[in-house]
Amino acid sequence: MAHRFAGVSAVRDGLNGVQYLADEGIAGVVYLADRLVKPVLVEGPAGTGKTQLAKSTAEMCGARLIRLQCYEGIDESKALYEWNYKKQLMRIQAESQTWDEVSEDIFSEEFLLTRPLLEAIRATEPVVLLIDEVDRVEVEAEALLLEVLSDYQVSIPELGTVEATQIPLVFLTSNNTRELSESLKRRCLYLYIDYPDLDREREIVLTKVPDISQSLADEVARIVRSVRQLELKKSPSVSETLDWARTLVLLGVEHVDAETAAETVHVLLKYRSDIDKALKELSAGDAPGSGLPR
Amino acid sequence: MTVQAARGPAPPGAAGAALLGLLGGFIAELRRAGLPVSLTEHLDAAEAVRHVPLEDRAALKCALAATLVKHHAHRQAFETAFEVYFSLRGPQFVPSDGAWADADLAGARDPRLEGPGGEPLGDEDLARMLFAALLGGDQERLRAGARRAVQRYAGMEPGRPVGGAYYLYRTLRNLGLEALLERLLETVQDEAERPLTPLEERLARDEMEARIDQLRKEIEAEIRRRLVADRGVEAMARTLRKPLPTDVEFMHATREDMEALRKVIGPLTRKLAARLASRRHHRSRGVLDFRRTIRRSLSYGGVPAEPQFRYKRPAKPEIMVIADISGSVAAFARFTLHLVYAISSHFAKVRSFVFIDGLDEVTDLFEASEDIAEAVHRVNTSADVVWVDGHSDYGHALGVFWERYGPSITAKTTIMILGDARNNYHASETWVMAELQRKARRIFWLNPEPRSYWDTGDSIMSTYSAHCDGTFEVRTLRHLERFVEQTF
Ligand SMILES: Nc1ncnc2c1ncn2[C@@H]1O[C@H](COP(=O)(O)OP(=O)(O)OP(=O)(O)O)[C@@H](O)[C@H]1O
Ligand SMILES: [Mg+2]
Repeated sequence: MAHRFAGVSAVRDGLNGVQYLADEGIAGVVYLADRLVKPVLVEGPAGTGKTQLAKSTAEMCGARLIRLQCYEGIDESKALYEWNYKKQLMRIQAESQTWDEVSEDIFSEEFLLTRPLLEAIRATEPVVLLIDEVDRVEVEAEALLLEVLSDYQVSIPELGTVEATQIPLVFLTSNNTRELSESLKRRCLYLYIDYPDLDREREIVLTKVPDISQSLADEVARIVRSVRQLELKKSPSVSETLDWARTLVLLGVEHVDAETAAETVHVLLKYRSDIDKALKELSAGDAPGSGLPR
Repeated sequence: MTVQAARGPAPPGAAGAALLGLLGGFIAELRRAGLPVSLTEHLDAAEAVRHVPLEDRAALKCALAATLVKHHAHRQAFETAFEVYFSLRGPQFVPSDGAWADADLAGARDPRLEGPGGEPLGDEDLARMLFAALLGGDQERLRAGARRAVQRYAGMEPGRPVGGAYYLYRTLRNLGLEALLERLLETVQDEAERPLTPLEERLARDEMEARIDQLRKEIEAEIRRRLVADRGVEAMARTLRKPLPTDVEFMHATREDMEALRKVIGPLTRKLAARLASRRHHRSRGVLDFRRTIRRSLSYGGVPAEPQFRYKRPAKPEIMVIADISGSVAAFARFTLHLVYAISSHFAKVRSFVFIDGLDEVTDLFEASEDIAEAVHRVNTSADVVWVDGHSDYGHALGVFWERYGPSITAKTTIMILGDARNNYHASETWVMAELQRKARRIFWLNPEPRSYWDTGDSIMSTYSAHCDGTFEVRTLRHLERFVEQTF
């Protein structure tokens, strides 16, 4: 099979081209996922671009994105496939064949409803499979994923084993609300996407917020970095940084001073206590114990 | 179509084989540090390194991390081991190149580090260069300067049995980092057209602190590189090996450890809360509700397709936490309080009390603030816990507790006492414990010392534990998590 990417920098540039700013680590793991033919498990704080990575990778590769959104209580019939029960019932009632004949008939392709995992395996065109928020499923339901993740196939008792005609690139995301099973983790490459560093966040803002000036993007990224250093209930995510930057641009702000910050900070932070803390800390200038003249 | 078809870059050459050997040692070290690396993962790593250029250290690190480290909390241990095992690798040296040590450790190859006539930089020149590098955020020069600073100030000699911390201390002291920060900020201030606003000042400070931190890391890395060269990889790995954050002992946590603990407590409590909630949910499914099942079956033409259950609502316990917050056990109390409040929705009510020799209720601090970390922090500053001399007095604290709060203990109350039971030879007032046990539903004692230390010196643990429904050795976050999970 031909590799999708020539090297790590090709991945990085490709993602850049679809407005996803990856660092070496992110691009490196995507590159390896292709080379080693392994799924990527992506963890990290909320809103740091885990889901977006899968979407952007699909866009970069010109592949179809197939998404399985996980939730508590998801089962085979929602993740893999389901027999079209109504259609089967009608067939049974309409036919005058023997049971053996009927049963062979009703468990055929025609009556199969494919769900995202099976769909990704059966697709003939290039596919990126996104299994989003996998930590929401119960530990027992993880088993549904294992066959797809390690062998790129789905076994259907009545039909046999469906093998992939193309190997999809697979991303699983997790918000880390529970520990995933070791067997799931063993099958995956692991990528932790943390908050971006100053330079990358500035680039993200510049790419994603039309009409923002260099200097405002820089200020936004700096302030957000300082805010993230505080011990908060919820640190601002990249999407919140972007929302804030957009708000500032809409308001025609060219330079963030203390008042602008106070008026708009609710876009960046969601909890009252966090807002209070940030405003207090950031307008105090001096860190505790510093002897700078005011 | 098979998976194998996609595999198979060029077979490893001599350098590749050397790397695979190194990888084996590296993985053994990860396991010693407590990372659960399976055989599959070892093989994946071996496969992964074949796809990255050998001389690209960042890419190598990325490949190893992606295949070997599947828990973010293990990342720090990985970083340390990686530094030791692969710190001699980088664009400058390839593994087969035996000359690396001398060429690198002599270090004076960088023309920027030499005076006009090729003579090495003097103290002042080095200081000036570092200052400029910090002010301008020049990574390259920062790295070069760090190397030179170590060479000049650390006083490292082969074979000396001195730890890295000592060399770090010597280097930093000579550089005077503290004063450096203030000087940098003054320069920023002077160069600005108008006085900086407090916000700008804060941003400048954070930026300069980040750069100085970067310098510090470069210095540490350089020291480590040299130590590894001197003492060998295995010895250094042993020296630097540290417990995972969840296994750090509260009583011996360094400042750095505390930082790591603070980082993991959030995710840990979230997961714990989720587990408790889901267990509660599953447990609450009770016996079949016959009438409701039949009624529901009417919409399925009489087939009881959706059995209905009668749900029990197990009563949530009321918790009273009584914590010794004196010096050596303070960290333990803080993390335990944090954890209890993080899962407080699991309890009908949580009240908390802290003591040293006096006792004070701090429930309000937690209820007034959405921010647990902040509340925990305030406990230390605003609780009124010193009565006589600020040495733990369990007997007196228990007495005060009984007198003031005894009446509010009910048969639904679970009491948790946190502390080492080191009573400084004061009166034990054991009768209070007996009363508490009589009145409360359950009473547990969590002690951050190893069980083997209990009852040694001034510890009177068994005097008190005679009146407890359970005693637990809670030295680490892992123990704490286990206690909560087993108990609630
Ligand atoms: N590296 C990046 N480059 C460009 N945009 C980014 C990047 N990272 C995050 N974003 C932006 O942030 C938004 C949030 O990202 P996304 O929804 O992927 O986060 P997430 O990590 O999946 O969050 P959650 O954990 O809440 O699901 C995206 O819509 C995207 O616009
Ligand atoms: Mg997401």
